[in-house]
Amino acid sequence: MKTIEARFNGTFGNFNLNVALSIPGSGITALFGESGGGKTSLLRCIAGLEQLNGGYLRVNDVVWQDHKTFIPTHRRAIGFVFQEASLFAHLNVRRNLEYGYKRTPISARRLGFDEVVAWLGVENFLQQMPHTLSGGQRQRVAIARALLSSPQLLLMDEPLANLDLNSRAEILPYLEQLHDRLDIPVIYVSHTPAEVAQLADHLVLLERGHITASGPINEMLTRPDLTPAQQDEASAVMEGRVIEHDLIFHLTQIAVPGGTVAVAFRELPIDHAVRVRILARDVSIALTPPQNTSITNVLPARVIDITEAPNSAQALVRLDLGGTIILSRITRRSVVLLDIKTGSPVYAQVKSVALIC
Amino acid sequence: MNVASIDWQPIWLTLRLASITTVVLMVAAIPLGWWLARTHSWMKQPLSAVFALPLVLPPTVLGFYLLLLLGPHGPVGGLTLSLGLGTLPFTFTGLVIASSLYSLPFALQPIQNAFENIGSRPFEVAATLRATRWDRAVSIALPLARNGLLSAAVLAFAHTIGEFGVVLMIGGNIPGATKVLSVAIYDHVESMEYAQAHWLAGGMLAFSFITLLTLYIVSGRSMRIVR
Repeated sequence: MKTIEARFNGTFGNFNLNVALSIPGSGITALFGESGGGKTSLLRCIAGLEQLNGGYLRVNDVVWQDHKTFIPTHRRAIGFVFQEASLFAHLNVRRNLEYGYKRTPISARRLGFDEVVAWLGVENFLQQMPHTLSGGQRQRVAIARALLSSPQLLLMDEPLANLDLNSRAEILPYLEQLHDRLDIPVIYVSHTPAEVAQLADHLVLLERGHITASGPINEMLTRPDLTPAQQDEASAVMEGRVIEHDLIFHLTQIAVPGGTVAVAFRELPIDHAVRVRILARDVSIALTPPQNTSITNVLPARVIDITEAPNSAQALVRLDLGGTIILSRITRRSVVLLDIKTGSPVYAQVKSVALIC
Repeated sequence: MNVASIDWQPIWLTLRLASITTVVLMVAAIPLGWWLARTHSWMKQPLSAVFALPLVLPPTVLGFYLLLLLGPHGPVGGLTLSLGLGTLPFTFTGLVIASSLYSLPFALQPIQNAFENIGSRPFEVAATLRATRWDRAVSIALPLARNGLLSAAVLAFAHTIGEFGVVLMIGGNIPGATKVLSVAIYDHVESMEYAQAHWLAGGMLAFSFITLLTLYIVSGRSMRIVR
């Protein structure tokens, strides 16, 4: 059974963690919520770094914790990437990488040393000491080190939180590749909506130690009753694939549910699977196919529902785009003037589409 | 007065005492310092205070109680007598025991501090990388605490060489068995042999300075490497 079942109930400092969740045994699951909401504590429980009595944890077919079992951390096949890279200061990069690799039985090794080193691009500083590396380089080494212990479950605790913008941009592409390169589940703690939309396949929302919702990423992002859709950065994500490149206008066409969208040219092979992210505030609504507009991405859609906050100028409209949901944030006045109702056939004008590979 | 007329016996005896004491202390202080650094037991503070007592007590107080303890009427002395080992005061073994107790804080505190400074994160990381408890102690704790271990060894050695009061009370002044440098200097001064006293005192001054200087240079340098 390829799932992870976890139940934990206990007190950490000043808050109570009380969760029961089941997450898929593959793909990236994001634990999302405000700081201090219990995300890190839950991750530490899963790693066995915290021991809550009465907890239960099953990873695939193996029980890691129940009323009579507690497998210690060093016997759990996990990789853990901490917020700070936490490299061993007395070992050079190579020996940091080898630390877990050497302690993994040869029969359990699933990733080659050279393969991981090349993937994360750390081959050029293997002989250096950790303190000579930049923050981004350190975190890449930390990720490589975790992968080299051939985990069956990768746990990441806000691995980008302590990095500057440039270093984040340096690391993100490696994280995106986790989907394709690894067939193991990843649990990723974050409080940054963009990061979650970019990386996660599955989303668990955590508030004050409780799980408020859990489900596939786009369903969670677009549910009006949940936090992500209520934030300024509310967005939807959908899977698409590259269909053609327009070299004259420097565009790449992406097939998405319900039509195609054009994004700035990216050098990707035809048929390459991509993810696009569309912010609710970048989507406007027209009743007829718009003419004479500079907006090139126009997709036919159907209104699912409209959520209005009484003390706000804005409304959140959920649109069905060939089976995929996106969000549109427009003014309440527009809802009235255009007479937008549940079931209305409309055109979604998308001002900007972010391509996530 | 020349080098040939120096009595080397107390010097060798002192070096032997300091070396053995240092080994004994390192073996004891590493696990003890580890435990004190990691424990949340209520025993931590009372025990820390006990181990620090030699820092503030006059050596004569320690020596006095040790004499009672190890002497023929003390519990330990009674035991050693009944085992046919005789009593420990005024023997080299007695000196090692007394020196180890007296220099304990000088070894324990740098080690405990070094272990405390590592924090828990490196051990958590190592555990997630499949390292067992013992493995973590050897592959993470000892190398990361190496400056503290070095300081502990040097301070224990140097402090043992420099002690006088406890040595005199427990060891007395038996040439070849318990007459160490500091006692020899005292003897020379008492017998107005200032030239001999000068040689030994000056030698100790130079030795102590060089030891501490080396310690500061070495730990300063490796401090920078770790940073």
